[in-house]
Amino acid sequence: MPDWSREIRAAIASLNLDPAREAEVVEELSQHLRDRYDEMLASGVATELAWQSLLRELNDGTLVSGLKATVDAARPPLPVGKDGSERILAGVWSDLRYGARLLLKNPGFATVAILSLALGIGANTTIFQLLDAVRLRTLPVKAPQQLAKVHVNSPHCCRGDFYSSNADLTGPLWNQLRKQQQGFSEIAAWSPFRYNLGQGGEAYYANALLVSGDFFNVLGVQPLLGRLISPVDDYRGCGAQGVALSYAFWQREYGGRADVIGSKLTLDGHPFQIIGVAPASFYGIEVGRNFDIALAQCSQPVFSAKGSLMDGPSEWWIAAIGRLKPGWTLERASAQLNAISPGIFAATVPPDFDALARKDYLSFRLEALPAATGVSKLRMDYEDPLWLLFALSGLVLLIACANLANLMLARAGVRQREMALRLTLGASRSRLIRQLLAESLLLAMLGTIAGGVLAQILSRVLVAFLSTPQNQIFVELAPDWRVLGFAAGLAILTSILFGLTPAIQASHTDPGVAMKAGGRGATAGRDRFLLRRALVVSQVALSLMLLAGAFLFVRTFRNLLTLNAGFQQDHILIANFDFSPLKLPLESQMAYKHQLIEGMRAVPGVSSVAEVLIVPLSHSGWDDNIDIPDGPQRQDAMFNRVGPGYFQTMETPLLAGRDFNQTDTPKSPRVAIVNEAFAHKFFGGANPVGRVFHDAGGADKTYQIVGLVKDTTYYELREAPLPIAFVSFTQANGPEQQSTLVIRSDEPLPALISSIKRAANDVNPAMVLNFTVFKTQIRDGLLREQLMATLSGFFGALATILAMVGLYGVISYMVDRRRNEIGVRMALGAKRSDILLMVLREAAILLGIGLAAGTGLALAAGTAASSMLYGLKARDPLTLAAAIGGMAVVALAASLLPAQRAATVDPMTALREE
Amino acid sequence: MKHIGARAIDRELKKGSAELLILSLIEHRARHGYEISKLIDERSGGVLKFNVASFYPLLYRLEGRGLIAGRWVEKAGQRRRRYYTLTVQGREMLKAQQSTWLDFVNAIHRITEAENA
Repeated sequence: MPDWSREIRAAIASLNLDPAREAEVVEELSQHLRDRYDEMLASGVATELAWQSLLRELNDGTLVSGLKATVDAARPPLPVGKDGSERILAGVWSDLRYGARLLLKNPGFATVAILSLALGIGANTTIFQLLDAVRLRTLPVKAPQQLAKVHVNSPHCCRGDFYSSNADLTGPLWNQLRKQQQGFSEIAAWSPFRYNLGQGGEAYYANALLVSGDFFNVLGVQPLLGRLISPVDDYRGCGAQGVALSYAFWQREYGGRADVIGSKLTLDGHPFQIIGVAPASFYGIEVGRNFDIALAQCSQPVFSAKGSLMDGPSEWWIAAIGRLKPGWTLERASAQLNAISPGIFAATVPPDFDALARKDYLSFRLEALPAATGVSKLRMDYEDPLWLLFALSGLVLLIACANLANLMLARAGVRQREMALRLTLGASRSRLIRQLLAESLLLAMLGTIAGGVLAQILSRVLVAFLSTPQNQIFVELAPDWRVLGFAAGLAILTSILFGLTPAIQASHTDPGVAMKAGGRGATAGRDRFLLRRALVVSQVALSLMLLAGAFLFVRTFRNLLTLNAGFQQDHILIANFDFSPLKLPLESQMAYKHQLIEGMRAVPGVSSVAEVLIVPLSHSGWDDNIDIPDGPQRQDAMFNRVGPGYFQTMETPLLAGRDFNQTDTPKSPRVAIVNEAFAHKFFGGANPVGRVFHDAGGADKTYQIVGLVKDTTYYELREAPLPIAFVSFTQANGPEQQSTLVIRSDEPLPALISSIKRAANDVNPAMVLNFTVFKTQIRDGLLREQLMATLSGFFGALATILAMVGLYGVISYMVDRRRNEIGVRMALGAKRSDILLMVLREAAILLGIGLAAGTGLALAAGTAASSMLYGLKARDPLTLAAAIGGMAVVALAASLLPAQRAATVDPMTALREE
Repeated sequence: MKHIGARAIDRELKKGSAELLILSLIEHRARHGYEISKLIDERSGGVLKFNVASFYPLLYRLEGRGLIAGRWVEKAGQRRRRYYTLTVQGREMLKAQQSTWLDFVNAIHRITEAENA
């Protein structure tokens, strides 16, 4: 007897009927067909013929069209079991719609799921977006892959004055390079500078690019308006000529007016004519630091009292960028540069170098490096922290996925009967898995959309966080294909991570058992609960690792903040006075400066004032080789020039000898004050007062040490104490066009700044002033550490909350599952405290395993991050103990709630429920 | 003039009359689907035939309009079957259709008789 139900089901599959209705239709029609078939056989029709003709009747097309008009489709439509003719993705849309309806029915679950995914995905996308902006994007110019920069490849490179972190070449080197190189079809030079747009009063700076005439040609950047700097603008002695504006600067300063072309702009008091505007897409070569204006390199002498930097063999200020000739690779260009290097360096040796320095200089070699993604100080500073944060945020997402997997497993239990019914009605297991995965995908998609929006906000907040008044950061954050692709990839990956296992488990339902069993279904199965516990254990472990890492970074930041840097950073204002606009004659400059300093000392509320050349922790430096008579020769030491009263102002203890004073004059023997590290390195820790050293640069520079001070930091807080020699301003003899003063005062800052402005105005109103708060400058120098502390703290907290939710869920579930057992125990005389302890013990076991695994992970992670730590060991036991303790308290608190619920179970009620 | 094939006429006629036929057949007793379709076949001497694919949609449509009601009936030793009965609404519809149909047949008859007379 043929079975008609299969044929009927196949015939009406496309109608997507409500399962119960479909079952009725199938039953009724198959009875009809069976009766007809029997009748046909009875009347002598052959079996095969009868089967074929009835099949034809069934499938003549009228059934589906007729039923469509009369029978309602299931709501929501239930996708039917897969058959051979169905396409792989058929019904995905209805899967998604069905998933959406289920989510709407469980708004609580949906909110928790989407929110935790949004946080995880948002954090990941934020970090990725920043990485993309500073690391992966290519320059917005023509064929960036062909661009390369040229730098000196030598560990000892180089001696002299450096004007920026991108200063790769000196003027003489650049001139030689331009003449002799062969690998580039075109090569250009650029240097970043900062010029004051204002005229007198407090300075207002523009970021300037000094470029060689070919610069915009090499990059293939076309003007938006007017023209850009071209070879005709760049000739020796050009003076103050034309300036091209960046699009952003043009919008900001001129409101995008087209008639700016031809108008004037003053830079450090020199008038330049605006000749054009660059396109909006071109922000410059340096990622993170946009240019405002571009001017010809030949204009540089206008701004310099020293004359043209172009002729200085020790003035490092130029960066070179070139376009490789067709067919030339980077390696080939480097090889050619290497071959011409000996000649180039021989032709440019600074004349004041002695034999040793000369030998070093001649060993330098040039090489070409890829420049498609531009250059970036921001990248150097933040690439490593960003990759680390990327890993941390990835872990948070993993924990969020574990949480969701747990929730999905719990839900799978509730939906057991639904799955069983669908299996009974002929759905295949793979079809069910697909349905469940579609639901996960829907969740992941919603989470990704929310996370993507969150990332747009967070990444901008982060950039604002890293921007300081001294160092404005501009990065292109509009999502590109990489960011979008990354987010989409995350959505798919997460939905598989948290959705696949529960889906496979749910589809392995035995329909018979599930239909018969009560509400508790088969999730009570041992292995399924084991999986949920394993998920919680891994959550606890990962969270502990994140928390311990966060503690390490927070403590690093705190150590640096409270570090004794050798001075008192509070209540110090750094004031820079530029009196070059006054055009003072050389002989009166020193006198003017003294008058200025005395004027500042007289400002009410100012307790002390001193002049300084290099403000500590400003990332500037001056080092030189020194010789100790009858001692070490050619030793590197840091230098600084300070005025009398500097150590008193900075509150750096003077350990021996005296401070500088007015008896130290240009005519008296040169004196120096050194720090402990200096004494230790060059005099074996003995008191150095009275000893002498020579500045190896010149034979007449012999210094007698008159004082010893406590170690102070020089470049940055994290460094080990460097040997420093302080020399005196009173022995310098100009020319001086500007002066930096450290001013100690307990006055509130705004009041102090305005009094100083008034005092400066009394001295001469044409001076250009610039103020920095010392403490702020130090804090800004710790941005990297602050970023790591803040974000890792945030991720650690997030991970802990997620782990807490996970643990709470599992313990609650366990309590619900064991209600009867608890009821029985209580009926047999167990006390409430026994039940409480029993549940807490369960939680403690999970917690204990998680913490043990997490400790191992935390130790490994700490070691990996050790280079970013300060003042503590990567395996700091105190930090680890605090993290374990914190995690344990939080986790036990999370399980206390369900435990208490278990302890208040009414035995009668619990037993009646069975 | 457009030619209408014999099959098309057959379909139109069937569609118009099928509802009336089904309602009449269950006027006095409940019947299941196969029984109804078999009776239509037998009593029309094989002129009216419904196959499974066109018959059940009709049946469900009537049920959907509230003219007939189906319910599952189990009898000892047999598979359960779905039996259809007339509803009050169905009974009224049947009466109305019977008289309309009768009027129509009489009218046709009068015209054709007159022409042949």
